[in-house]
Amino acid sequence: MKKLHFLEVEGNTKGFYTFLGIFGLISLIGVLAAYYMEHHGHYVTGMSNQVVWGTPHVFAIFLIVAASGALNVASISSVFAKTAYKPLARLSGMLAMALLAGGLVVLLLDLGRPDRLIVAMTKFNFVSIFTWNIFLYTGFMGIVAIYLWTMMDRPYNNLTKKAGMLAFIWRLILTTGTGSIFGFLISREAYDTALLAPMFIIMSFSFGLAFFMLVLMASYKYTDRPLGDYVINRLKNLLGVFVAAVLYFVIVYHITNLYSADHRGISAFVLSSGGIYTFLFWVVQIGLGTILPLLLLYGPTGKNRTMIGLASVLIIIGAFAQLYIIIIGGQAYPMVMFPGMEVSSSFYDGVVASYAPSLPEVLLGLGGVGVTLLLVTIAVAALKFLPASLADEVVDPHAK
Amino acid sequence: MTSKIEKEDLSRRNFVFGSIAAAGLTVAPGVMLYQTANARDLSKPVSSKVRWGMLIDTTKDVDWNKCVEACVKEHGLGNEEHSRADQRTQYIRVVDVKNKTTGYSMSLPVMCQHCEKPPCVDVCPTGASMKREDGIVLVDRHRCIGCRYCMMACPYKARSFVHETLTDQKTTTPRGKGCVESCNMCVNRVDNGQLPACVEVSEGAIVFGDLNDPESDISRLLAKHGGKQIRADLKLNPGVQYQGI
Ligand code: SF4
Ligand code: SF4
Repeated sequence: MKKLHFLEVEGNTKGFYTFLGIFGLISLIGVLAAYYMEHHGHYVTGMSNQVVWGTPHVFAIFLIVAASGALNVASISSVFAKTAYKPLARLSGMLAMALLAGGLVVLLLDLGRPDRLIVAMTKFNFVSIFTWNIFLYTGFMGIVAIYLWTMMDRPYNNLTKKAGMLAFIWRLILTTGTGSIFGFLISREAYDTALLAPMFIIMSFSFGLAFFMLVLMASYKYTDRPLGDYVINRLKNLLGVFVAAVLYFVIVYHITNLYSADHRGISAFVLSSGGIYTFLFWVVQIGLGTILPLLLLYGPTGKNRTMIGLASVLIIIGAFAQLYIIIIGGQAYPMVMFPGMEVSSSFYDGVVASYAPSLPEVLLGLGGVGVTLLLVTIAVAALKFLPASLADEVVDPHAK
Repeated sequence: MTSKIEKEDLSRRNFVFGSIAAAGLTVAPGVMLYQTANARDLSKPVSSKVRWGMLIDTTKDVDWNKCVEACVKEHGLGNEEHSRADQRTQYIRVVDVKNKTTGYSMSLPVMCQHCEKPPCVDVCPTGASMKREDGIVLVDRHRCIGCRYCMMACPYKARSFVHETLTDQKTTTPRGKGCVESCNMCVNRVDNGQLPACVEVSEGAIVFGDLNDPESDISRLLAKHGGKQIRADLKLNPGVQYQGI
C-alpha cells in the first residue's frame, strides 16, 4: 500500500474556471429568482394558503438531509475505524458543510421576510423545533469544521476520533430535528407519525451518499486523478444497502398507515388516487429512484462507472420525488376537520389543493444546489481535500 | 431572567396593540374618557384573569356570510390585486358540512379558534405568533419572518399568508407582504370594549364573552347547553366553541 497524499486541485486551469463560472451562474440565477419572488410577493409562485411550502422547501430539505448523509463516509472512517474510508473523510466533511449551506440559503430566501434574518437570529422561541434547528445547523457547521481541522492539521490528528464521534452524534440529532419539523404537525395526516424522524435519517444516508459519489467521481474524472475500483465498489455496495433500507421504511410507513383508520386516507391517496403524487410515487420514487438503481448497482452493470453514476443520479431524482410527495402531497391532501363528513368552503376545505411549481421556485431551488457545488469547487482548489490518487494500490490494504 | 422576558413581552404586546388603541384615543377621546366596564385599561398589561371566547350556535337560521362580510370590512381584507383565489386572505369562512350517510347538512363559520394550547404559537421560531394573556391568539406582524410554519401547524387552516404588497390598509389592522395573519378576535375592538365585528352582525347567533367569568352570558350558556369544539380530540381547548355540530 502506497502512502496517501492529499493535494489541492490546480486552480489556474480552464476547467476549473469553467466549473466556477457554471456553478456561480446557477447560484446567481437562484438569488435573482428569490429577489423576484420577494419583490412581487409569493403570488408569483405556485404556493398558496393551502400549499404553503413549495418547491424551494423540497430542494432545501433535500440538501439539508443530504448534508448529514454526506458525512457518513467520514463517520465510518473515524467512528467505526474503517481505514478504507479514511482517504475520503475530508471530502465527506467538506461536502456535508457545503450541502447544508446550500440548503439553508434556499430556506432563508424563501421566507416571506428574508430581510428579518436578524429577528430569527435574536428572538428565539425555545418551544419551537425550528428554533432548535437553527442551533443544530450552526452547531453542525462548527463541529464539522473542527473535525476537518483535526484531520488536516497533523498535530491534532489524535483528536479526529473524538471530533468525529461528536459530529456523528450531532448529525443524527440534526436529521431527527429536520424530520421532526414535520413530525410535530399533528394536524396533518401525512406527518402525524413517529416513523418520520427515523425515516429521514435513513433517507439522509442514501441521498447523501449518492450525492457524495457523484461529486467524487466527477472531481476525479475532471482532474484526471486515478480512482480505483476498490473505493467505488465499497461505496456503491453501501449505497445499495441504503436505498433498500429507505424502501423498507417507505413500505412500513404505508402499511402502518393503512392499518390505522385515521391515516388510511393519506396512504390510499399517495398509493392509488393521488394523480400526480401517485405517479411520482410508483414511477419516479419506486421505479426510477429505487428499483432501477438497485438493478444497476447489483446487476451485471455493477462494475460500470457510467452505470454507477447513472444509478446515483436516479437515486437523487427519486429522492426529489419522495420529498415532493411528503412535503407537497402532504399539504395538498385535505386536512380532516370533521371526520367522516363531506366538507366544502371558499377556503378549499375538503378538496385536494392544486399546486404547480413555478419557474422562480425551481430556479431558487437549483440555486441552492449551485451554491453547494460552487463551495465544493472552491474548497477543493483552496485546501487539501482530495487525495492525489485513489488508485487501488494506494487505498486497498490488500493490494500488492 | 424569566420575569425580564415576560416584562419585555408584555410591553411588546401593549406596544403593538396599545398603540393602535391609543391612535383611537386621539380620534375619539370620548370613548376612553367614559370607559365602559368592559374596556381594557391600556396602561395595565392584558389580564390573564379574562379569557375571551365565542360560542357559535349553528342551529340558528342566520346568513353566516354576513359575518364574513363584516370581518372583511372591519380588517380591510379583500384588497389583493394580483393574488389567485387560493392565495387571498380569509380570516373567517363558511364551511358546509354534509353527512354522507344521512344526508344531513349544515353550515358554520370557522375562524382562528384561539386555542388555549395553540400549535401555531408553539412552532413559531421567533415568537411572532403569540397568545395574549386574555387568550387571544395573533401574529405580531413586526416580528413575523414569514416562514409559514404556523400555517403548517394549525389544524383549522385558520391562517393566511400575504402574497403581495397591500395598499389601502386599515390602521387598526396592520398587514404586510410576506407575513402571516389570521383572525385576531378584533383585538382593536375588544380592547375598546366593543364586540368583534362578526359577533355584532350575527343576530345573537355568536355570543362573545369571558370564559373565565362564570357569570358571563357565554359561561352560563355553556354551563346550560354545553359547547362542542372542532377536533376536540387534539385537546387544544379552543376558545371558539359551537352548538349544533
Ligand atoms: S386555530 Fe390555528 S391559528 Fe388559531 S390559535 Fe389555534 S392553531 Fe393557532
Ligand atoms: S410565519 Fe410568522 S408567525 Fe408564523 S411561524 Fe413563521 S414567524 Fe411565526
